[in-house]
Formats: sequence, C-alpha cells, structure tokens
Amino acid sequence: MNTLAITRTPAPGSPLRRFSNLLYRRPNLYLSMLLVPPLLWFGAIYLGSLLTLLWQGFYTFDDFTMAVTPDLTLANFTALFQPSNFDIIVRTLSMAIAVSIASAIVAFPIAYYMARYTRGKTKAFFYIAVMLPMWASYIVKAYAWTLLLAKGGVAQWFVQHLGLGPVLQFVLGIPGVGGSTLSTSHLGRFLVFVYIWLPFMILPIQASLERLPPSLLQASADLGARPRQTLMQVILPLSVPGIAAGSIFTFSLTLGDFIVPQLVGPPGYFVGSMVYAQQGAIGNMPMAAAFTLVPIVLIAIYLSIVKRLGAFDAL
Amino acid sequence: MHSDSQDRASWGLRIAAWGGLVFLHFPILIIFLYAFNTEDAAFSFPPKGLTLKWFSVAFSRPDVLEAIKLSLQIAAIATLIAMVLGTLASAALYRRDFFGKQGISLMLILPIALPGIITGIALLATFKTLGIEPGMFTIVVGHATFCVVIVYNNVIARLRRTSHSLIEASMDLGADGWQTFRYIILPNLGSALLAGGMLAFALSFDEIIVTTFTAGHERTLPLWLLNQLSRPRDVPVTNVVAMLVMMVTMLPILGAYYLTRGGESVAGSGGK
Repeated sequence: MNTLAITRTPAPGSPLRRFSNLLYRRPNLYLSMLLVPPLLWFGAIYLGSLLTLLWQGFYTFDDFTMAVTPDLTLANFTALFQPSNFDIIVRTLSMAIAVSIASAIVAFPIAYYMARYTRGKTKAFFYIAVMLPMWASYIVKAYAWTLLLAKGGVAQWFVQHLGLGPVLQFVLGIPGVGGSTLSTSHLGRFLVFVYIWLPFMILPIQASLERLPPSLLQASADLGARPRQTLMQVILPLSVPGIAAGSIFTFSLTLGDFIVPQLVGPPGYFVGSMVYAQQGAIGNMPMAAAFTLVPIVLIAIYLSIVKRLGAFDAL
Repeated sequence: MHSDSQDRASWGLRIAAWGGLVFLHFPILIIFLYAFNTEDAAFSFPPKGLTLKWFSVAFSRPDVLEAIKLSLQIAAIATLIAMVLGTLASAALYRRDFFGKQGISLMLILPIALPGIITGIALLATFKTLGIEPGMFTIVVGHATFCVVIVYNNVIARLRRTSHSLIEASMDLGADGWQTFRYIILPNLGSALLAGGMLAFALSFDEIIVTTFTAGHERTLPLWLLNQLSRPRDVPVTNVVAMLVMMVTMLPILGAYYLTRGGESVAGSGGK
C-alpha cells in the first residue's frame, strides 16, 4: 500500500478502520456478517414457519370438541382424497391450467409484436403499458371486474349494444363454463384470472422472443417458408421456454388464490378458500395445513415439468 | 428480403397487440371513471354524471383515514427492513461462489414464487404456536419477508453491472472497506436501492393475501377494501379509495422504470 495514501486517509488507527481492514483480510468473516441477518430472518421466520405448518398437518382435530391436539396422525392428508375435497383440488387445478393456456394465447401476439415490431420509444411505451397493470393493485383490479361484470355494468352494456345477448346466453348455458349471470359464472371467474395474471405471461415470452436472432427468420424465409410456416416451425418452438416460464406464474398464482373465487364466480371452494375457511371459521388448522400442501406439491410437479422445457433459463 | 411482411406487422397482429393493451388498461380506466360517478349505489354504465364530491366524503371518514395510515406505516417499516436485508443478501451473493448459494437465492424468491396463502398461513400457524398476538408487528414481518427479493433483485442487478475495478481502484488509493462502501458502492447503488424500495413499498401497500392471515384485528387499506366488497354499502367511497390504492401502486413502477432504465452501460467502464 502507498504511504502517501495512508497519511492522507483520516484516523488510520480508528476502530472503524481497523474493523474494515479485518473484514478485508478475512473475506469469510465478511461474507458471514453479510449473510447472517438475511439468513436468520428467512431461516427462522420463513422456513421455520413452513415447517411448523407442515408439522401441524399431522395434528389431530376433534370434530366434536373443535379442539386441536398434538397427537400425530395421517388422517388430514388421507382426507384430501375424499370425493368432496378431491373435487376442490380438481376444480382449482383445471382452472389453473385453463388460465395458463388462455394467458399464453392472449399474451403471445402482444409479446411478439413488442419484440419484433417495436423499438425505441414504442418499445418503452409497450413495456410500461404491460408493467403498469402488472403492478397495479391486485385487489382493485379484482374489484374493477366486479364492477365490469355486475348486472347493468359495463360488460352488459357492451353485450347489449353489440347485439351479442343471445351469444352470451348460449355461452352461459354451457354446463361447466356458464352460470346464471356473467359475474356468477365460471367464465367470469376465468376472465378475471386471465386478466390479472396476463402481464406475468407477456414479459417472459417477450424476453425469449427478444433473444431470437433475426437471421434465423431470414434464413427461414430464404429457404422458402411462408410467414405462417416460420411462425409455426421456428418462432413458436423457440418461444416455448418463455411460455413455460410465464406459465409458472399464471399456474402458481391461480392455484393459491382465494380472493377472486370469493368475489366472482359460482359458489364452491377453491383450494385457497378451503384453507382460509378451515383455519378461520372452522378453526381446523391441521386440515388447513394439509390443504396447503396441495399447491406446494402441484407446483413442485409443475416446476419439474417446465424445467424440461427450459423455463428456468428464460426466467 | 422476401416480402414486406418481414418488416411490417400484419393487421391481425397489430389488432391483437394493441387490443391486448386496451384489455389490460380498460378495467383500470373504469376505476378512474367510477371514482367520479355521481350515483351513490348503482354500477350503471355509462355514468350519469361526474363529481368530485366523493373525495371529500372519503377523506372525512375516520375508518378510511385509519386504514391509510396503517398501510403507510406498515409499508414504510417493511420496506426499510427489506432494503437492509436485501442489500446485505445481494452484497453477499453477487460475486463469491460458495456452498449453498443457489439454495439461498431460491429461499429469497420462494415467498413470492409460492402462492401468498402458503406464506400467510405458515406465519399464522407459527404466531399461534408461539403465542404472538397478530397485529401490526406480524403484518410487518410477513410483508418484509416477501419484499426482500424485490430489493435484492434490483440491487444485485446493479452490483453486477458495477465494474469491480472501481472498488479495486478505491482500495488501491488507500480507502478502507467502509470508505469504499460509503463513497463508491453506495452512490452507485443509490438509484437501484431507491427503485427497489419503491417497488417494495407498492407491493406491501397493496398486499392482501398474506395480510389476511397475519392482520388479526388490524385493518390495512386492502383489507378495508375487501371488506367493503362483501358488504356493498357506500360504493362511491369504495370507488374513491380504489382509485387511490391504484395510484399508490402504479406510480412507483413508473419511478422505478426511470431510475433503472438504460441498463446496457456498465457504470465505471467508460460507457456512462
């Protein structure tokens, strides 16, 4: 070290200086001092909580006294496979899959246009225009949809003025999709989910398309492919990692949601609302814990599938 | 070039893309429109008239003001904790490789990658086991946990872009670790930290799923809103508050965008 510099720096023997010199000489000490606070927080609070919850899944809930006793049992987990509970899981899972597919279909053209046909200011505009609704308040977005879908609300006004009334009636009549009104139908709930999670799908697809070298598309055209062929055989396969990455969000977020199912759609529990009801009104924390395991397991399975599609490289 | 379609988007694609943007923003515009609606009960469209009356009504309601105050306090404290923990974690993880590094970064992401309901109920189960009464403290703990990763992502991206030779130069010139941190690293991180903090604030201000479980009797602004929805009284006040929440969550993303854009140039590598 340069003597001139040492004399220039203030208070060479100060405790702060000696301390920082010590840290510089011992990078492992430095590293552990950096890591200890976040590790303590996450280890003790977050992981500790997850394990506590999982452990409580083995506790016994007495239906008559409504009391939880720490007698270990597997009953809560086997109860998940009772028809009524299994129905909830299937309902939630099929909604999550449907929402993921629909989001991908709606998101792709937006992402494709963003990646290939915008640059400079327009690209920045599109980027912000997707980020804003993504960050805008979740609960207010859900509320906006209850306003939109309500009787006499905006959706109905458009349907009437476009003369689509009979079409809507027909769609609402389809079992498993429809319901008595738009705001109490599966279709309405599905629309809200697609709307809320759509930006989470657009951005990963856009990022994966952005990395696509233009020379590849030129080569495809030079070799005589029509635009449609290029799209189907070059662009789409190469955007699969992006779609898979986006679907992690749409899938996982739909799976655990309990606010949207409460506000829009027909009665009937979702996994999230079941967890909420079990721990709250019923006070059966063990069953709630067992139900929490459902999204964790489903997401773990889903992640192992999309990992093969290259989703993690596109995140 | 084969054809013009290489350079110009087809009509179908343009309609799908711009239509998608309209779809994304239409419900938000509806919230802004209904906040000025003159009617006091109906959701009818188009609105019969526009007024500013409901703003003064909303801001004279003690329950609304209390919820706003609580949400601001919680978001501020949670953001502070997240900024400290997120910066520490990113400083630890950005350069060195060590055993368990992947695990740590995965652990930081988990609270926002897993559905909020899992974090929420896990925290609730623990608080109950430990006999901690849910309240403002427990809400802050939950919020800070999932806000860390936001700050972490912003700061680590900036650290990776900061040329390490700057730090070496500072050390060579005789600065100690603290001085290097204070005069070189911190000014470099400044805007990334601010951006991360703003996003964390927005995330915390709006969070409802984890909060539902950890709030106890406290009522943050999103919980107040949710409660209004299940009891459709005073719709106009709800609409005004909804617009307010929307703005508090949308403005930070604009700010963060302007603070962190131009990410190609590496600070200190001559490209600034």
